[in-house]
Amino acid sequence: MHELTMPSFGADMDDGVLVEWHVQPGRAVQRGEVVAVVETQKGAIDVEAWQPGTIARLIAEPGQRLTVGKPLALLAGDGEDWKAVAASAPNAAAVPAPPAAPAVRASPAARKRAGELGIDLAKVAAAAPGEPISIADVERAAQAVPQASAEDGMRAAIAAAMTHSKREIPHYYLGCEVEVETAHRWLAQFNEPLPISGRVLFAALALRLVALALRETPQLNGQFVDGRFKPATATHLGVVTSLRRGGLVVPTVHDADRLTLPALMAALRKSIERARSGRLRSSDLADSTVTVSNLGDLGVETVYGVIYPPQVALIGLGRVAQRPVVRDGAVVVARTMNVTLAADHRASDGLVGARFLARLRELMQHPEQP
Amino acid sequence: MTPESLRQAVIDAVRAIAPEANFTRVRADASLREQLDIDSFDFLNVLIQLHTRLGVDIPEADYAKVATLDDMLAYLARRVA
Repeated sequence: MHELTMPSFGADMDDGVLVEWHVQPGRAVQRGEVVAVVETQKGAIDVEAWQPGTIARLIAEPGQRLTVGKPLALLAGDGEDWKAVAASAPNAAAVPAPPAAPAVRASPAARKRAGELGIDLAKVAAAAPGEPISIADVERAAQAVPQASAEDGMRAAIAAAMTHSKREIPHYYLGCEVEVETAHRWLAQFNEPLPISGRVLFAALALRLVALALRETPQLNGQFVDGRFKPATATHLGVVTSLRRGGLVVPTVHDADRLTLPALMAALRKSIERARSGRLRSSDLADSTVTVSNLGDLGVETVYGVIYPPQVALIGLGRVAQRPVVRDGAVVVARTMNVTLAADHRASDGLVGARFLARLRELMQHPEQP
Repeated sequence: MTPESLRQAVIDAVRAIAPEANFTRVRADASLREQLDIDSFDFLNVLIQLHTRLGVDIPEADYAKVATLDDMLAYLARRVA
């Protein structure tokens, strides 16, 4: 038996509201399967099962606000009878859903619209008493609210995380200009025979090489918690993704150092698309070990990053442009990019950061790395 | 394909990715990506949309030829014909 709990999508998240269940007791679920939707400051997020099992009992009810770590549901493991687990669950039986947060009856379309508009369904009145809340009720409520609060919530979440970062983390910054001519030419050849939908962006190649370079400097990949640095056992890159409507989210590309280039591009595509459509999954946000901010597309020459706590490093990628470089004593034109590292001085020193940048620069000259 | 329908296809492809894009304010002779804040990921998605709508696969080597709305329309007019 194990519990499915309200997941944390970052150090800045305290709680979330269960929007709806996708499963019922008795349903077998696979690892990674979407079982519920929760509303957070980062938008509506699909919650995935972390382990396979059978849903035994749903503890939380739609509309209920739960702090991070509180149980959402009980799952029966392999070989367990889910009915027995449901019946024997003492915690669930002893702690009924708090009466203060009654389940809100609303149509799925109304819930979705409410999520988009940042409207709290508990404060929406149905047109007819006793009827479920409809999408029209939600839109009427939205007009009554002067400003949609979803953006405000995201702004507040970013503010909290970044204030914490700048107050607590002694940042140090290193930067260098990296020649990327070889990498771009290699990628152009790589892409040439591919259909347009299979084309790999330079951003994906850069992420892969960043992940490979991090292997040699584990002091930059992990978390600083309880006064000490804990290195990560895998490289999960948080990719800063700005949203057209404002704000940003940081979806995760898992095991970026172990994915082939096309697989990394596919993973990046999926996570960015989910981020931009406002349909992130719990695994998109939960567990990145280091963050990459690529602002080069927006014309930024150099990124001076703010570390996302409790991580200890942020890698900034600037604009790729043709610039003069010296090669064999002569000035030639080549594409270059300014790479920066913001790192936590409690976890590493400049020497480590310098080694990382040197390794990345080296890898850029050998982009075909297996 | 008429110039008008080609222009509409391009607008539809861009709007599929950047729904708020206001083409009455877009300068036809300046970078489309810079005016509409389209990053490399979204630009690739616009090209995939164009490929779906028009059957034209714009190779990476030609990206410089489709940077502005005017250039893109001229390029596509040659390729669609």
